[in-house]
Amino acid sequence: MSITVYVPRDASALSLGADAVAKAIQAEASSRHLDVNIVRNGSRGLYWLEPLVEVETPAGRMAYGPVQPTDVLGLFDADFLHGGDDVLKLGPTEEIAWLKSQQRLTFARMGLVDPRSLDDYLAHDGYRGLTAALEMEPAAIVQAVIDSGLRGRGGAAFPTGIKWKTCLDAAAERKYIVCNADEGDSGTFSDRMIMEGDPFVLIEGMTIAGLAVGATHGYIYLRIEYPHAQRALEAAIEAAKARGYLGDDICGSGKVFHLEVRMAAGAYICGEETSLLESLEGKRGQVRFKPPLPAIQGLFGKPTVINNVISLATVPIILDRGAAFYRDFGLGKSRGTLPLQLAGNVKRPGLVERAFGLTLRELIEEYGGGTASGRPVRAVQVGGPLGAYIPASKLDTPVDYEAFAAIGGMLGHGGVVVFDDTVDMAAQARFAMEFCAIESCGKCTPCRIGSTRGVEVIDRIVAGDRAEKARNEVLLRDLCRTMVDGSLCALGGMAPFPVLSALDHFHEDFEGARQRTAP
Amino acid sequence: MKPAKSVAPLPPIDDKIRCAVLDVTGRLKDQPGALLPVLHGVQAALGYVPEEAIALIAREMNLSRADVHGVVTFYHYFRMQPAGKRTIYLCRAESCQSMGAAKLEQHIKQRLGVDFHQTSADGRWTLEPVYCLGNCACSPAMLVDDELKGRVTPEGFDAWLLSEIP
Repeated sequence: MSITVYVPRDASALSLGADAVAKAIQAEASSRHLDVNIVRNGSRGLYWLEPLVEVETPAGRMAYGPVQPTDVLGLFDADFLHGGDDVLKLGPTEEIAWLKSQQRLTFARMGLVDPRSLDDYLAHDGYRGLTAALEMEPAAIVQAVIDSGLRGRGGAAFPTGIKWKTCLDAAAERKYIVCNADEGDSGTFSDRMIMEGDPFVLIEGMTIAGLAVGATHGYIYLRIEYPHAQRALEAAIEAAKARGYLGDDICGSGKVFHLEVRMAAGAYICGEETSLLESLEGKRGQVRFKPPLPAIQGLFGKPTVINNVISLATVPIILDRGAAFYRDFGLGKSRGTLPLQLAGNVKRPGLVERAFGLTLRELIEEYGGGTASGRPVRAVQVGGPLGAYIPASKLDTPVDYEAFAAIGGMLGHGGVVVFDDTVDMAAQARFAMEFCAIESCGKCTPCRIGSTRGVEVIDRIVAGDRAEKARNEVLLRDLCRTMVDGSLCALGGMAPFPVLSALDHFHEDFEGARQRTAP
Repeated sequence: MKPAKSVAPLPPIDDKIRCAVLDVTGRLKDQPGALLPVLHGVQAALGYVPEEAIALIAREMNLSRADVHGVVTFYHYFRMQPAGKRTIYLCRAESCQSMGAAKLEQHIKQRLGVDFHQTSADGRWTLEPVYCLGNCACSPAMLVDDELKGRVTPEGFDAWLLSEIP
């Protein structure tokens, strides 16, 4: 009988040699005349253990990792195909504490299924949300999403259901669903994991959104830096079409929904929703004035729901299990779970989906295991390049939209980047301004000019004498206020956050007084 | 009735470029918001979007040359000069910074003898900066054409480069 072995096809796992491992296992199995069926699954998100190989045994899936091609011979000798012991053996995957303690709702199937197999998706509760939605009135679907408390996971945290209701109430002969898959924030990769590891859940979520607001066409605007996700999505869309889950008659209901992937072209600003719509229309990705809201006048001037990948991929479980099931996770106004992405200088990086309320310290110390370098944590940037740098003294802040706002930070898309004590925070502040200058769309002056002036002023602070430093710090703070108050969108409006947080919490780095410790 | 096409003569254009552009526009130009897909198609076929292709793309899509030029130059991914045989996209963003990307960047620039946006003297490598590849759990990262690499060290880069040279 054939033995099933799982080797991830996730891009990060591939970047660590997963393809070579899969080949080595296939070759060794052939030479030993063993019947092995290799399934290329998504990643479980335990990235320090990738490539993580799993074997299907009567006692469940057994994990081995990190596996290199040179380890494969030893694994066969240890009879890993029957769960044999080896130094790389991690035990049953589901029992790994790092994974077991998580609350995976959006990521429920991550790493379990073959992302190219619609049958596998169906066997793991796939398309149950759509089945439920097909029995409901559009307004009831929208109400379920409102009741779930789901807020936009792309960063702005706007209630998803309210957006949908606005679009549902807008009368038009044509409406659109747009998925923002331009995951540009550094430290984030949850969208990529979903698209590569469980693409059908995104397709299902978008189809439900289409039913809810009366849209018949959807676009996934995908960043060009994600070629693996493109292939996974295109294969999944073809499979869904072939089986009637997309097209002119969804599951025999007579409802219409078409979906296509559109590739971005490397502009960070196109993650901003109105820039993204401009880009989809074939124009320069310049920010639009709001109002009108995209839900009323969006893509090609038509009412458009534009949501992040994670928001849309969370909709199926809400429709399947009910709004109350999802809402019961979390605290305060932050309901449900957040897939946190633990990255940077950390020993055990990866995907941690937990209900809101976990503290940063629990995340970084218990899941992350501290820094990879073994040095103390000095700063943590949460929410991408526009997120504040949080000092080690504030690590007890719970993961909650309001709690982060209270300390001048933002959760954003849930990316957490850890820095050790060798980091130069003046350089990080400078980078924030430099990044804003490179990526500014150029439409508004505070962002276009302010970011360049910001780089110059920080250079003068770092290089100047004491009087020069003091004068320029006043100027920098003033410039930051102008950018925050006067920019058209979050790029210019939030790029000052990392700068100001560096000034406030790590002032010594701008004084030139801090003794540099060599890494 | 279709609107009459502009009859203003096009600037001279290389045959290979004209065929490639017409093939792409013929396939893609009628979808809504077609300009990005068309530019991706042209760049995939030719490796870049040549200056001389812009007037033809504009005419085929019923846009102004300024519209097309504006879009090509707005997006970092579109290039108007040919690249080397392979393109290395090196991540400069925060997660990779926290794991030594600045040092790696210096090393790679020195090793290939190029700055960002340049091609090595032997025409093999073009180096481009990128801001996040979504491989932040395996920083520092780079993408070579469409092959992702993680936990790249200066030594690891050298070993990889050596393995790539036939």
